[in-house]
Amino acid sequence: MSREEENPADETGEPKTTARLGVGRAGHRPRTETLLDFRADHGTARDAVLTRVDEALIADREFVAISTLVADKEEYLARPDRAREISEETTARLREECKQDPEVQLIVSDGLSSTAVEKNVPELLPILFDGLEARDLDVGTPIFVEYGRVDVMDAIGEDLGASCCVHLIGERPGLATAESLSAYLVYDPKRGTPTSKKSVISNIHSNGLPPVEAGAQVADLVFEMCEKRASGISLREDDREFRA
Amino acid sequence: MSTRSIAIEQPADSESLRTVLAKANEEKTGDELAGIAAESDRERVAAKRALAGTTLETVRENPVVPYEDDEVTRAIQEAVREPVYERIKDWTVSDLREFLVDSETKDREIRAIRSGLTSEMIAAVTKLMSNLDLALATSKMTVTARCNTTVGHTGTLSFRLQPNDPSDDIENILDSTREGLSYGVGDAVIGINPVNDDVTSTTRILEATHEFIEEWEIPTQNCCLAHVTTQMDAVREGAPADLVFQSLAGTERGNEEFGVDIELLDEAYELARRRCVSTGPNVMYFETGQGSELSGDAHYDVDQLTLEARCYGLAARYDPFLVNTVVGFIGPEYLYDGKQIIRAGLEDVFMGKLHGIPMGIDACYTNHSQADQNDIENLLVLLAAAGANFFITVPMGDDVMLNYQSASYHDAAALWELFDLDPAPAFDDWLEAQGIRENGKLTDRAGEMGIFR
Repeated sequence: MSREEENPADETGEPKTTARLGVGRAGHRPRTETLLDFRADHGTARDAVLTRVDEALIADREFVAISTLVADKEEYLARPDRAREISEETTARLREECKQDPEVQLIVSDGLSSTAVEKNVPELLPILFDGLEARDLDVGTPIFVEYGRVDVMDAIGEDLGASCCVHLIGERPGLATAESLSAYLVYDPKRGTPTSKKSVISNIHSNGLPPVEAGAQVADLVFEMCEKRASGISLREDDREFRA
Repeated sequence: MSTRSIAIEQPADSESLRTVLAKANEEKTGDELAGIAAESDRERVAAKRALAGTTLETVRENPVVPYEDDEVTRAIQEAVREPVYERIKDWTVSDLREFLVDSETKDREIRAIRSGLTSEMIAAVTKLMSNLDLALATSKMTVTARCNTTVGHTGTLSFRLQPNDPSDDIENILDSTREGLSYGVGDAVIGINPVNDDVTSTTRILEATHEFIEEWEIPTQNCCLAHVTTQMDAVREGAPADLVFQSLAGTERGNEEFGVDIELLDEAYELARRRCVSTGPNVMYFETGQGSELSGDAHYDVDQLTLEARCYGLAARYDPFLVNTVVGFIGPEYLYDGKQIIRAGLEDVFMGKLHGIPMGIDACYTNHSQADQNDIENLLVLLAAAGANFFITVPMGDDVMLNYQSASYHDAAALWELFDLDPAPAFDDWLEAQGIRENGKLTDRAGEMGIFR
């Protein structure tokens, strides 16, 4: 039985809550089916955290692929500080292989959900690129970062002299969805830029903000940032946060 | 002796004490992230050995967070009862451990020294104790507290019912409450973390839960875990709160990150005692968790266990009804996996009880922690055996608002069965009157939210 079917429904038959209510019991324990449903959702979330983004996705879109100072998933989880920085060698490589001083630098990171990247980025990217092109913005060479945290865009943007960065990154999965992506944006990226100076569009997935719509919204926001030369609270009081 | 080949001198000033305390910790990613952890197991044991021979006086006389800079340090130091301290100040940290695990040491003996201890002494002894030491010592300490009902009696195990909803929908919150009650949970508190931290939303949640509690004459208490200032405004305007809540940190700067200081907490306590609708006398509820100071860059190079102990020192000032650590919520950069979460859970409940506060736990984890529900069930079993006052429960362990996993409503009855425990007495009577629990077992009727329609 699916989770929706088990949920208490109102008169219209629509489930009112996503909470696991009305699941019954076997003695003082959950029923087997309920237990397995729970473990299945947790398994999906764990896989999203621990698996790598499909290499075809990176190769097909001609990303320059790099890593942070982090060596593996275990270190990634334990050391967020090392996932915000790149090595001198990586910087040298980026300067060689990527366009310098672009207006917009696009970065995609696995973050805490490779599934989020795989499910949303292929749909989102063409719309985003079209939107940026339509506004005559100079877009740099797209970069894929393995083991990235949000602030790695500060280091990359600074080293490439980008005017602004767009960072698409997998969010920490919940049991309800493991596919949620966020877009973080910063104008004038520099190491140590506070979170308050960053803008975010979050909850990007098929049951939240659909990736196609998100691509258009991100392009609008980049244009606005470049015009006003600001991001985060300097741009406006509230970030745009989409709630499903 | 291999462990002696690394020698660490006994600390004699604040800096060396801070270093030894950090290195003596069991392995935690948060201490590694802070750059203060032991670099090897041999160094860890050497630090434990140095700490074992340190006197309680040395620990007190060398505050790890400076007295002049930090009001939490001052609050802890000023709460010490000097004649009691004089009796034990020459004990080493090792002496304190052996006192706590001695079979002749019972609750009464621990009460006799409690007011002479500081949070840092309690943190120090925790670092010398094994997991079974912690469980055994915790089981000796009974700390009861009374709001509308009393929790913490020997032989009882209470539960917070946490019916959070991602849109603060009152009907969803009440449905989840009905379901939880039908499993027998909710005697510690019916406590909701709101999405919207504003007076209107907080008031709505307090009114709905209060009315529900009145309608069904449930011997429990409600709480809406908004920021303390939001709750204070709501209560001033007449919202029916039984308890006032706040998250605490172990340093003044950490509390600043939470938007509180002692003056504000004193004011909240004063207001709660005058304006909460409960009978009291205990009307405060606090949550804590190892690592929050580092995440707010307010840790002064002090390890996360010592800072956690200091939260309890601060909490004790307000004679709380409930205190719990939210142990695995912070993520793997502080507590990496099930092993570290379980260790921290045992440490926190022990330290809270040794401070004399009514300590419970949210045994929980996030999806990026290297932990799963089995780790949490292990921790529940350990701490039910050790005598935690209460656990937090959500439907099937899945909190759909905060997006993390905790204990399930189901787990309450399983733990009562396993350890021959009961809910708080008044609540247990009420469950029997509702036909939910009889002779220590859930009835056939239990587990159906329809009971409360």
